[in-house]
Amino acid sequence: MELLGYYNYWVFAIVLMVGFYAVIVRNNLIKKLLGLAIFQSAVFLMYITMDKVEGGTAPIIQEGVTDQIYSNPLPQVLILTAIVVGVSTTALGLAIVVRIKEAYGTIEEDDIIAKDRES
Amino acid sequence: MNPSEHLAALQVVVPFLAAPLIVLLQARRLAWAATTLTSLLAFAIAIALTHGVLNGQDHQYFMGSWPAPYGIELRVDGFSAVLLLAITGASSAALLAGYHSLDQQIEPKRQPLFFAAWILALAGLTGIVVSADAFNIFVFMEISSLASYVLVAGGPDRRALPAVLKYLIFGTIGATFYLIGVGLIYMMTGTLNLADMELRIPEVADQSPVLVAAGFITVGLALKAALFPLHIWLPNAYTFSPHVVTVFLAACATKVSLYVLLRFDFFVFQQNITGHKLQFTVFFMSLAVFAILIASAVALFEKNLKRMLAWSSVAQIGYIMLGASIVSLAGLTASVLHVFNHAIAKGSLFLAVACLAMSFRGLRLGNIAGSAKAMPWTMGALVLSGLSLIGVPGTAGFISKWYLISAVFELGGGIAIFLTAVIVIGSLMAVVYIWRIVEHAYFRPPETDAVVREAPLGILTVTWIVALANLYFGINPELPVALSESAASALMGHIR
Repeated sequence: MELLGYYNYWVFAIVLMVGFYAVIVRNNLIKKLLGLAIFQSAVFLMYITMDKVEGGTAPIIQEGVTDQIYSNPLPQVLILTAIVVGVSTTALGLAIVVRIKEAYGTIEEDDIIAKDRES
Repeated sequence: MNPSEHLAALQVVVPFLAAPLIVLLQARRLAWAATTLTSLLAFAIAIALTHGVLNGQDHQYFMGSWPAPYGIELRVDGFSAVLLLAITGASSAALLAGYHSLDQQIEPKRQPLFFAAWILALAGLTGIVVSADAFNIFVFMEISSLASYVLVAGGPDRRALPAVLKYLIFGTIGATFYLIGVGLIYMMTGTLNLADMELRIPEVADQSPVLVAAGFITVGLALKAALFPLHIWLPNAYTFSPHVVTVFLAACATKVSLYVLLRFDFFVFQQNITGHKLQFTVFFMSLAVFAILIASAVALFEKNLKRMLAWSSVAQIGYIMLGASIVSLAGLTASVLHVFNHAIAKGSLFLAVACLAMSFRGLRLGNIAGSAKAMPWTMGALVLSGLSLIGVPGTAGFISKWYLISAVFELGGGIAIFLTAVIVIGSLMAVVYIWRIVEHAYFRPPETDAVVREAPLGILTVTWIVALANLYFGINPELPVALSESAASALMGHIR
């Protein structure tokens, strides 16, 4: 079953689409942003998956060990940066939602559009 | 240590170091002065780098002296120089104009934080342009985007908030798509340096992860560049942001994403995917034609001045992409040239709008009726830059449209006639929407009896300097043309 061998990538694709679906379909702005966070987390999973080498361990050089296989540490470093970016995006988004609630009294997208039409 | 060796790094480092210092400045005037000085310094660095590029040497810099594929490489060539000038120039002009304009729109106590976000946006945008590392570009892209969401949300109108949330969601999706693409390519090549990627990718060319990566990167960056039909976040974000923020973002933000898109495509994909050139041409040419025709048509019927110009920006992205989609030396030259010229034209148009906003509360066409009598200088600058947007001979806009039409003619046959027709129709529609502004301002009686005064001298001076730059680069186009030609031959150099 070669297809199942890639199950990590399947999970990546499914989680990605779950998040994307929530961004598109949800009307509540907080749920939209949660969808966005899920969408970004899926990419983290992809990066973590690709650095794994079968049988590889943590990339720490030990004296006397020469035939060890190591996992690639670089994607983990990269994704650490992307996680920080993701957290700040979500934080900024939620801060904007708080201000939308203050200005409009609602966080439902339809209601906001309706209120904009009135004014 | 010779500072001129480090210019490429300083371009990014100077604004980054300034940002936390500006937060500490409590007095808003001091914060404004520090931000403007930093921005002008960045402009000076950009000019120095451009000077180097014009002398035929691309600036290459290794962060921490680590050699290229391992360390992070910075690289400034003709294309980067055009964008550096546009970014730092637009930021400086907008900040100088903001001395008067921002007080109206941002509460005094929030201003230092606003300026810190501004300088971070500047650092992020310049960072994207100087970096030669795919992942670094992503990080800078997110820095500049996060900072510009803050800037747009600074607008006093509450409609800025839903607009900025939409901008944030679309921007994040675009950046995440780009991240997925970069991940897939890293998986296949094991490198993030663009030049190194180009050497290694032929071994894995046409394998499915590379194809998928091409899709993700193209769509993600097109989303950030507001390429039709992925532009829907743009009009409202531009309309409701503070006026000088619109000047800054309209002049350069979307074009930086186009820059990354073209760079990535020509470095990595053009040679290594079968039939990519044809797909690239068909895909982008049709989108560009739709962008020019549909966005210009929407601008025709738009009543809000800022939103009209925002729609016109979507159309202008179409012209830029049309040049690039031809995949020829002439086409790319026209495309890069239009990046430069449109930055000046749209920058001065939005500056004139900021002048109008000093006296008028609303910016619908009806609101500004009869404004030309009271504000002759403002309207003069608006008309001059409007002519450049249309592409009237003698202005900068004409030069890039001329190059674009000559590039289209190189194609020959029916397609050349069709595309020329599209460009001419697009320009005619620009004549109509600029004329609607002129008609309201010059030939209609004022809506109210309120006394309207000319905008303050400071903001007028900046507006006129940028407006006159339209004339200057229309008559002496050597500088942007030389840069664009070097950019185009560098990009075409990757196609063997």
